[in-house]
Amino acid sequence: MVNFTVGVVVFPGSNCDRDVSWALEGCLDIRTKYLWHESSDLSDVDAIVLPGGFSYGDYLRCGAIARFSPLINALDDFVKSGKRVLGICNGFQILTESGFLPGALTANKNLNFICDDVELDIISSKGGWFNNGSEKQTIKLPIAHGEGRYHCDSDTLKKLVDNELIALRYKNNPNGSSFDIAGITNEKGNVLGLMPHPERACDETIGGTDGLFTLKSLILK
Amino acid sequence: MDQFAVKVFVRLRPSVLDPAGEATKSASIKLGAEGIKSLRIGKMIEVKIEGNGENEVREKIDLLCDRLFANTVIEDYEYSLEKL
Repeated sequence: MVNFTVGVVVFPGSNCDRDVSWALEGCLDIRTKYLWHESSDLSDVDAIVLPGGFSYGDYLRCGAIARFSPLINALDDFVKSGKRVLGICNGFQILTESGFLPGALTANKNLNFICDDVELDIISSKGGWFNNGSEKQTIKLPIAHGEGRYHCDSDTLKKLVDNELIALRYKNNPNGSSFDIAGITNEKGNVLGLMPHPERACDETIGGTDGLFTLKSLILK
Repeated sequence: MDQFAVKVFVRLRPSVLDPAGEATKSASIKLGAEGIKSLRIGKMIEVKIEGNGENEVREKIDLLCDRLFANTVIEDYEYSLEKL
């Protein structure tokens, strides 16, 4: 994939950055570049992934400290320009903490760290992040989180539903999320946050390829 | 410059489920404590801060609470302030 580079952000405590890079480069032939969180120069990347992990040790709240990094400060202009941003797990938590996406993520209802494959219904086609034009309306992706319970107030939930911003819902809600929400987009559709890990489902030998479409869609304009 | 000791209390909003509080309540009952109607867990943050008078310090603390200490989507905060 010539002339397209996905920036993979590395915070102290990120631990899925290499998986994301491997999935993009090894499975999809999309060039990646690691972006250290102190960098604010996003001029040579065309899309950005905020990977999973425990940025800044998840101190205070998940994603709360990462929000103040130079890179996240620079993300506002990047998002406004229409370029695509994908936040996976801790990346989703950072996107809600920094206000790019509504709501918040907090401790799982049963307090367990849940590491499992989950079935997800594709709800919205906003942003083209999921292949819901064909017969396949359900995908299976791995989750691995202790604080993945999506919460928002009823007004926000109504807005999410009315504007088709809910991207994914759990078939069997594992963590107590409001309205079974597993992933949402912004109104423009160029920002997606989700708790499941598409980068861990990009090769049949490790359990499935349902994550490929979402990573591949990073190159959409 | 005056110096103040501030205690900030951050709590999950009443409408937000507190599973850690529920688990602790359950353990409290197993310990034999009777009459517990509700148990919710929050956090307390202690700050020592300088400023020109209480109003200026309150402004700083309000900003910190609103933007950093609490996520107001799911949490409420309050604080007490003591001049040192």
